[in-house]
Formats: sequence, C-alpha cells, structure tokens
Amino acid sequence: MSLDWSLLAEYAPALAHGTLLTIVLWLGGSVLALGIGFAMALLLAAGPDFLRAPIRCYVEFFRGTPLLVQLFLAYAGGPQIGITLSAFTVGLWGLGLYGGAYFTEIFRAGFAAIPPGQLDAARSFGFSRAQSVRHVVVPQIMVLVLPPAVNMLIVILKDTAVLSILTIPELTFQVTGMTLETFAFVEPYLALAVLYWALVELTALGGRVTEARLTHRLAWG
Amino acid sequence: MSDFLGSTSAAASVALLLIGAGMTIAVSAASILLGFVIAVPVCIARLSRFRVARWAGGVYVSFFRGVPLLVQLLVIYYALPSVGLELPSFFAAALGLAVCTAAYQAENLRGGFLVIPVGQVAAARAFGYRGAQIWRHILLPQALRASAPAIVNEMIAILKASSLVSVVGVADLTRVSQNIVARDLKPIQWYGLAALIYLVISLGVAALGRGSERRLGRGGLAAAL
Repeated sequence: MSLDWSLLAEYAPALAHGTLLTIVLWLGGSVLALGIGFAMALLLAAGPDFLRAPIRCYVEFFRGTPLLVQLFLAYAGGPQIGITLSAFTVGLWGLGLYGGAYFTEIFRAGFAAIPPGQLDAARSFGFSRAQSVRHVVVPQIMVLVLPPAVNMLIVILKDTAVLSILTIPELTFQVTGMTLETFAFVEPYLALAVLYWALVELTALGGRVTEARLTHRLAWG
Repeated sequence: MSDFLGSTSAAASVALLLIGAGMTIAVSAASILLGFVIAVPVCIARLSRFRVARWAGGVYVSFFRGVPLLVQLLVIYYALPSVGLELPSFFAAALGLAVCTAAYQAENLRGGFLVIPVGQVAAARAFGYRGAQIWRHILLPQALRASAPAIVNEMIAILKASSLVSVVGVADLTRVSQNIVARDLKPIQWYGLAALIYLVISLGVAALGRGSERRLGRGGLAAAL
C-alpha cells in the first residue's frame, strides 16, 4: 500500500472550504447551545413553575434520541407541516438544540451547587445583589461548569460530522465526495481523522489552560 | 393508529420498525460487549508501570475519543476493504462502535481503579495473593462496581450513536424508518415513532441500570459482612 498525498493538494480548495464550514457550524452551534442551555437552566431555577414540565420534556427528548433522527425529523418532517428549512439551518439549530439540552443540565447542576446561604452571607457583608452574583456566585459556577462544558464543546465539534448526512458540505462531506471521485479511501479519511483529532485535542488543551487560570485566580485572588 | 399513519400497510411498517429496533439493540449490545473486551487491556495499559504501555493506552483513548464516530465508521466500512480487509456491514458497524466505546469504557474503568486504596494490594500480597489473582479477585470487581453508573451512561450513548450505522448499510431503527418514509412520505409520523422508540429503550436501560446498581450495592454490603 502506498499513500498518495498529492491527491490532498489537488483537493485543497474543497477541503479548506469544508474546514471553514465545519468551524462555522461548530462555533455557531456551540453559541446557540450555550445560550439555550443557560436560558433553560435559569428558567428552571428561577422561572415560573408552569415552564418546568415543558423544559424537562425538551431536555429528555433531545438527550434521549439520536441527533441524526432529530435532524431527519426537522429536515424531512418540516415541509409536511409547512416549514421548509435549508439543510444548513436545520444542521445549525439541530446542533444548538441538541447541545442546549445537555448544557441545560450542566448549568442546572452548577446553579444547584451554590448554597443559597452564600448569597445572604454576601449581602450581609454589604455586597449588592448584582455584586454578590458577580463576585461570589459566578466564579464558583464557572469552575464547576467548565470541565463538562468543554467536553460538550468537543461533542458538538465531532457531531458536526453527522451534518454531512444532510448533505451540508462541511469537511466530512467534502472528503467523502473526494473518496467517491478518486476511489482513494485511505489517505483522505486518515487525514480527516487526524484533523478532527487535532482540533479536539486543541480544544481540550484550551479547556485545561482556562481551568488552571480560573482556579488559580480563585485560590490566590 | 392506522388512521394517523394513514395506510393499510401501516401495521406492516410498524412491524418493520420493531425489527429495526431489534437490530439497533443487537448492534449496540455487541459493540458494548466487544468494547469492554478491548477496554480492559487498554485500561490496564493506562495504569501500567511501563511508560510505553501508558503512552500507547493514552494515544488509543485520545484518538478514539477525538475522532467523530461517523468518520471511524467510514474508515472501517470504506478504507479497510481497499487495503484488503472486507467485513460484513453488521460486523463493520459493531467493530466501529466497539473501538470507540472502548476508549470511553477504558477511562471509566480507570476511574473505578483509581478510587481503590493502594493499601489493598499490599494487604492482598500479605494474604498470599499473586499478581493476576489480585487483579481478578480484588481489583476488577471493585473497579467494575465503582464504574457501573458510567457504564450505564455509555450504553445509552452507544444506543443513540448506533443510529449512525444506518450510513454503512445496517438496517437499524434509523435506516428502517428512512426506508418507510421514502415509501409513504410521512416523515413526522415515522421519524417521530423512531425517536419515541429510542427514548423508550434508553429510559429502559437507565431503569435497568438503577436496578442493578442497587443489587451491586447490596452484594457489596453482604460481602463486607
């Protein structure tokens, strides 16, 4: 078996475009997921009671079913009830809603870990409500939430590959197209795997560095 | 029901869907078991006193947790045949899921070993246990018990991830629902039903997990008394 890497150079523009789209979907999906998860956790903690049941249903559905089925449901099922969405929109919001369900749980656990007495204590030291949230609650939640949140960002990055099944021309889609045109399977898929691996390890490293900084600042002011 | 699904063959389609669900369970179970068989040596390598073994175990875990499962499946399904290794799609799919879940299971198991106090090994030696016996009788049972909740989570993750085997030609729940939708054009009903079946299976696995955790807990107490 001889590996032919010149093929990769030939397909460089398509691969660059695919990589860019993968990163756009990852960042966009992550921002949506973080926003949705934070809002839902906040509503669970401090919102009206009647919202609890629908939010729990949302979380259970999106965590209990495969992303691929959720995407099919929206992409193929949408037009059936008059909502026709582009594959890109379905993919981006699919990642956002799917990740958002997990982030709801991550933030909920973070909020639940702070004893309410701490707020009272901060208030009795003369902190305003905003100050006690800013200086007492948020730093602790950040430390608790960071490791599972970084994990989730990695899950979202890897799940962008699933969007290739909806024919969104991200990296995995481009590489699959390339293998079907050239009948070379080994080199492109190997390069693809290594690229994702590098992105995931970089993200994990970023998470570890941020965590070290955060805990250092908490411990040493 | 047949009105909602809107065709006389709806009952037949539901039956197909259930067969697909059976395939989903089969491929998930096979890969969890095979994954465990791979995970044990990977975990032991991660805990080894030899640096090369630790490094190799670490690379395995990092690689298979760092590459999207879909890409792993595509590699096994398309790239392996082109170097002369052809597998039937069920085995290719189960193997793809297994090498992936093995990386997660190895880490869970490692977490289970790390909570065992070091003194126990010295105590076992004092009682005349030797290396392999210590692993078999002292360390592995405790590590398994400690990592049981994580294993249940991993089963649910693999159950959902198994929907990707639909891409490499396995007639699982996702693939069957796709086929039915292609024929009768009712995506909301069929994908909705498929989603519901996934939800029921994963809730079932979670309930089984809670049950066996209680039993394991009792076993632990009984053994201690």
